[in-house]
Amino acid sequence: MSDRPFLEFERPIFELEQKISDMKDFAVGENIELSGEIVSLEKKLEKLREKTYSNLTRWQKVQLSRHPKRPYTLDYIKLMTTGFIELHGDRFFADDKAMVGGFAWLDDEPVMIVGQQKGRDTKQKVIRNFGMAHPEGYRKALRLFQLAEKFQVPIVVLVDTPGAFPGIGAEERGQAEAIAYNIREMSRLRVPIVVVIIGEGASGGALGVGVGDRIMILEYAWYSVISPEGCAAILWRDAAKAPEAAEALRPTSDDLIKLKIVDSIIPEPSRGAHCDPEAAAKLVKKAIQETLQELSLKSTDELLLDRLKKYRHIGVFQD
Amino acid sequence: MAWFRKSKEGLPTQEKRNIPEGIWTKCDSCGEVVYGKKMEELLWVCPNCDFHFRIPTQKYIDLLLDDGQLEEYDIEISSLDPLKFKDSKKYPDRIKAAQQKTGKTEGVIAGMATMGGIEISFAIMNFQFIGGSMGSVVGEKIARAIERAIEKEVPLIIVSSSGGARMQEGILSLMQMAKTSALLAILHEKKIPYISILTNPTTAGVMASYASLGDVILVEPKALLGFAGPRVIQQTIGQDLPDGFQSSEFFMDKGFVDKIVNRKDLRDTVIALLRFMWSK
Ligand SMILES: [Zn+2]
Repeated sequence: MSDRPFLEFERPIFELEQKISDMKDFAVGENIELSGEIVSLEKKLEKLREKTYSNLTRWQKVQLSRHPKRPYTLDYIKLMTTGFIELHGDRFFADDKAMVGGFAWLDDEPVMIVGQQKGRDTKQKVIRNFGMAHPEGYRKALRLFQLAEKFQVPIVVLVDTPGAFPGIGAEERGQAEAIAYNIREMSRLRVPIVVVIIGEGASGGALGVGVGDRIMILEYAWYSVISPEGCAAILWRDAAKAPEAAEALRPTSDDLIKLKIVDSIIPEPSRGAHCDPEAAAKLVKKAIQETLQELSLKSTDELLLDRLKKYRHIGVFQD
Repeated sequence: MAWFRKSKEGLPTQEKRNIPEGIWTKCDSCGEVVYGKKMEELLWVCPNCDFHFRIPTQKYIDLLLDDGQLEEYDIEISSLDPLKFKDSKKYPDRIKAAQQKTGKTEGVIAGMATMGGIEISFAIMNFQFIGGSMGSVVGEKIARAIERAIEKEVPLIIVSSSGGARMQEGILSLMQMAKTSALLAILHEKKIPYISILTNPTTAGVMASYASLGDVILVEPKALLGFAGPRVIQQTIGQDLPDGFQSSEFFMDKGFVDKIVNRKDLRDTVIALLRFMWSK
């Protein structure tokens, strides 16, 4: 992925912004009156932005979910919570830095907050393994979930992963078992679980921390059985067909509401969470707090029964 | 998710030209050529290298269950096309082709049976049906098999073979992992035994859900198991994979399966285990 500050489909917008900025500099430098031209270009820019962002294809939304400036899990934790105490390690093998978590306060409510973490620069990307956890990451997450359950602290999960890591060590240490076990155990944790897909929700790597009472998704995030590239490589035998695969998989927030997989969409600031991370975090925080409030009205038995029913009824078939 | 070797019922295409079908069979693993009738007797296990050929689901039913008898449930349940999915083929056309090929409506056969006189809820996946991929129907039939085990209070036996979740149903397929695993949590709480039998191959979404959640996990020799496909891993890490990587033997060595069991011993092993785990 390139480090340029815009996505390919944003190029015309970026170029127009540059032009306006240059013109402003020129006007000031040369002391020339250009405000008329600038105003008209700014109007044009606004229209172009609106047109672009109101007609995003599924593939463009997937690209937005991977925007190099998009807020990541620790950004949301920093912006939404206070008193975060990060807790490390799975007590078996290692501390997986692609999965982070710990206690934090959402205003005056304690939560256990856990999620995949991506890296911003090259060095961090490697340390965070691009947000792709190993089995020890899933086992760390479950340890923290069980800690939360023991002390009756609600769980918040922020999902952002291109998938669980496919590697030799991951297989040796039981990637499949770690994910399967997490899914089973999460379905029975006796505390409320709110899951927010904040960026990428790819496959078992997302679901391995993604079982909950309420599943919410950011407007430009996606969630599916496989990444568009992975799907394209298998079904089209060409990873470059990812845009077609993205259309076919229906992985966007709008799709997931229609398929009744997510409970709600959290709107993003205009043109995406990366344009205003503070505002995005406020919206996410508000949605989490409202949801936790609603879930707190249920008894634990009711919570678990509803959680089971929620998953029991997923599937479309003819009987 | 769905990755698998070319399906081969019997012989690789290349060999069909040289050897009359059904008479001689060449082992995929060691190349040994064996007389077909002999292979039938050997339950399609290579006498030279112990490679277990993929066999039809009906053969497992015959092999495992008392008198080969299965009272089948949910026969009519079949797939729809909720995503209107199309790649090189339309999804409904893929289903139709799989139905014609297998004579079955979907990729799981499930029902009630007995093993050694013990009543069980049984399900078996069919790799011939779109690579044993798990969509809504496969998930639902497995879910109902688990529910029958819970309601009737009988042990659950699932024979898996799968390339993973069915991409053509997108997120709905992924959620079948949660549906089945959540029900297995209930089965687990009720202390009802679940024996998971893995056959070649069991991978991805199925391996990362019910296949890995057995109280006891049995596996046939030399099966391909794992979360990610070998090709994906190879591409990701950019190096060759060690010999025997992701085989049954590899996973037993790493501690993720209980026992490697030759096909001819599967039935007796399951019954012996049930006698320890289920005295009702
Ligand atoms: Zn052989």
